[in-house]
Amino acid sequence: MDLELAPRYVDFREECRNWLEANNPGRIASMDTAAGFEEHREWERVLFDGGWSVPGWPKAYGGRDCDLIEWLIYEEEYWLSGVPGRVSANGVSLLAPTIFNFGTQEQQDHFLPKMASGEHIWAQGWSEPEAGSDLAGIKTKAIRDGDHYVLNGQKTWCSRGAFADWIFCIVRTDPDAERHAGLTYLLVPADAPGMERRPIGRLDGEPGFAELFFDDCRVSVDNVLGEEGQGWAVAMAAAGSERGLNLRSPGRFMAAAERLTDLVRDMQAQDRTVDVRLRDEVTDAWIKAQAYRWQTYMLAANLMDGAEIGSEASLGKVFWSELDLELHATALRLLGDRGELVEGNDWLDGYVFALSGPIYAGTNEIQRNIIAERVLGLPRR
Amino acid sequence: MQFAFTEEQDMFRDTVRDLFADVCPPEAVRASWDNDDGRVPGLWDALAEMGVLAVLAPEEAGGLGMNEVDLVRILEEAGYAGVPEPLMEHAAVAVPALAQAGSAHLEAAIGGGSRYSVSLSTGGGAVLAAGSVDALVAEDDGLLVDVGRESYDVVPVESIDQSRRLARVELTGDPAGLSGADAALANDRAALGTAAQCIGVARRLLDATVEYVGERYQFGKPVGSYQAVKHHLANVRIANEFAAPLVYRAAWSVSHPETHDEGIRGRDVSMAKATASDAVDLACRAALQCHGAIGYTFEYDLQLWLKRGWALAASYGDARRHRDRVAAALQI
Repeated sequence: MDLELAPRYVDFREECRNWLEANNPGRIASMDTAAGFEEHREWERVLFDGGWSVPGWPKAYGGRDCDLIEWLIYEEEYWLSGVPGRVSANGVSLLAPTIFNFGTQEQQDHFLPKMASGEHIWAQGWSEPEAGSDLAGIKTKAIRDGDHYVLNGQKTWCSRGAFADWIFCIVRTDPDAERHAGLTYLLVPADAPGMERRPIGRLDGEPGFAELFFDDCRVSVDNVLGEEGQGWAVAMAAAGSERGLNLRSPGRFMAAAERLTDLVRDMQAQDRTVDVRLRDEVTDAWIKAQAYRWQTYMLAANLMDGAEIGSEASLGKVFWSELDLELHATALRLLGDRGELVEGNDWLDGYVFALSGPIYAGTNEIQRNIIAERVLGLPRR
Repeated sequence: MQFAFTEEQDMFRDTVRDLFADVCPPEAVRASWDNDDGRVPGLWDALAEMGVLAVLAPEEAGGLGMNEVDLVRILEEAGYAGVPEPLMEHAAVAVPALAQAGSAHLEAAIGGGSRYSVSLSTGGGAVLAAGSVDALVAEDDGLLVDVGRESYDVVPVESIDQSRRLARVELTGDPAGLSGADAALANDRAALGTAAQCIGVARRLLDATVEYVGERYQFGKPVGSYQAVKHHLANVRIANEFAAPLVYRAAWSVSHPETHDEGIRGRDVSMAKATASDAVDLACRAALQCHGAIGYTFEYDLQLWLKRGWALAASYGDARRHRDRVAAALQI
C-alpha cells in the first residue's frame, strides 16, 4: 500500500489545475437548452483542443493515455475548478467503453475522434414506455432489410436526446426471441429518416430528455456494435461503466462537499447561527465524499491490477447517488427559508438534478436487488 | 498511489483468521461471558507465537516491524471472531507506547509473558480486562505511564457485552512514566483499532444474517428472497464497503507521521471511527430485524455480536463525537 502521490502525479495535478483555471469559460447556459447545448459543445471543443476532453483515451483518438489515478486526479481538479459540466458525458462514459471493447476498427476510427471533439454528442436510447427497470422487456423492432435495419417502436427518457447528434440504442432484431435474447446494440444518427423526437420537460422544465419514435426508420447494418443478437451482453458492459466510476467520479462530490463546508463558513462569518445538528450533517456528508474517494482509489488499484467491476458497481451507484442528494439537501436546510429562492442559488438546481440520481442508470431499488442477489448471494425467488 | 494490500499482508491476515476460527469459535466467546476471567484458553499464547502481539514493535526490539496497515486487518478479524481478549488495547496501543518509550517491559509484552490493557482519556472511564491483565498503559494528566497490576485497584463495572470485563481503575502507587510515548497518538490508535473491529463485527453480523435468511422459510419461500429483507442487507453491505477504506486510509495516516501531522491524523482516524460506528450500528439493527424473534433471544449466538457491536460503536468515541472532531478540523 502506498497512499502518497508520486511526484509525477503531483505535477499532473498542477498541470490540470493550471489549464482549467486558464481556460475556464465561466458560467454558460444550461446544456438542456438549444443554445446552452451548443455552448457546451464549444466547451467540449476547447477541452479537446487542449487535450483534456478524454484524457484516459489513447492519444490516437484525442486522449493522453492517462492511467486511472491520473484520470481521478483530473476529475477532482475538474469539478473543483467550477468549469461547466460535460454534455458529452453519456457518450464518453457509457458508449465509448463499449466501442473500445466491441467496435470494429472502422467504427473506432470513425466514432471515437468525433466523440472526443464534441462533433458527435450522444444520447442513450435504452428505456421504453414498457421497459424501464425491466430493460429486457424492450419491444422496439429492427428488422433486417438488405444492408439496413427497419426500426419501429418507441424509446423514452433519452437524456440529451432533444439535441444529440447520435443515439446509442438497444433494439429487438429477432422478434421471436424473448427477453435478453434477440437484442442488438445499434448506433442511430439523429437525422435518420423515419425517426421523430419529442423533447420532454424535465422536473426543472428544461428539455433534458426526449422520447424517440421510429416509423420505418432505416439504419445501416454497419452501425451494429458487437454482434447482432448480442445486444444484452454488449449493453451490460456499459451498464457496469454507468454504475461504476466512469459516470460519476468522486471529484464531483468532493467538490460539492467543499462548497458545502464553504457555505457553513460563510454563514459563520456573517454571524448566522449554524444549528449543531446541521453542522453534524454537513460533516457526515463531507466524510462520505471522502469515503467514496478512497473506496474508488481501492477499486482503481484493483482495476489497474487487471480485475473487472461486476455487480459491485451497484454498491457505488447507490452510494454516490444518495450522497449527492444528502449534500444538496443539507445545503438547502442550511439556507432555510431562502432555500426556495432560485436566484444565485446553485444548490437548488443541484438538488433537483440530484433527485434523478437514485432513478437513472438503474433505480437504487434495482441496484439493491443486484447487491443482495449477486454480491451477497441471497435467493432470487 | 497504490491502495491495495500485498499478498504477504493478505496471507498474514488469513493465518490469523484461521487461528480465530479454530481457537475462538462462538462457543469460546459465549464461555467468556461467565468464566472466571473472561478469557479464551490458549488464544493469547497462540497470538504471541504468531507474532500478532509484536506487529507494532520494531525489529531491533524483537518485533515484526510492521505497521497499523497490517494490524487493522488483524483487528478486523478479531471483531469478526468476537475475540474478547484486550488484543486491540495490547497490540495496537500498549505495545507501540512501550516501544516508543524504549521500555524494558516491551519484550515480555510482545512475547506473551505479560498482558496489557489501556486506560485512556477517551476510553469512557472503564478499562477492558483491567482485573486480569498484568499491567496498564494509562493516561495520567496527559502523560502515558506504565502501571503494574500491583499499583492499581479495580472496581468491576458491567458492560451490556459481558465478555467485555470492564472495571474502573484507581492508581495507587507511583507509576513509571513512559517518556517519549504520545498520549494523543495512543488515543488515536485506540479509536482506529476499535473502528477496525467495528468493520469486522458488521461483516460477521451480515454473514450470519445472509445465512439465516437463506434458510428460514415463510410463505413457502426463503425470507431472504423478499425485497424488504434484501434491501436491509444491501444497505449493510454498502455501509461496510465505504467504511473499510476510511479505516485503511486512517491506518496509513497513523503509520506515516512524517507526512501526516497530528491534525490530519486525528481527522482521518475520526472519519474512520465515525463511519465504522455507523456501519456497525446499522448492521446490528438490520441483523436483528432480519432474524426476527430468534435474534432477540439470549440463547442464539447473534446476541454476542449485537452486543459487541453496540459496545464498540460507542467505545473510544461514538460517531457523533468523532464527527465533531472532523468538523473542528474542517473549521466549521
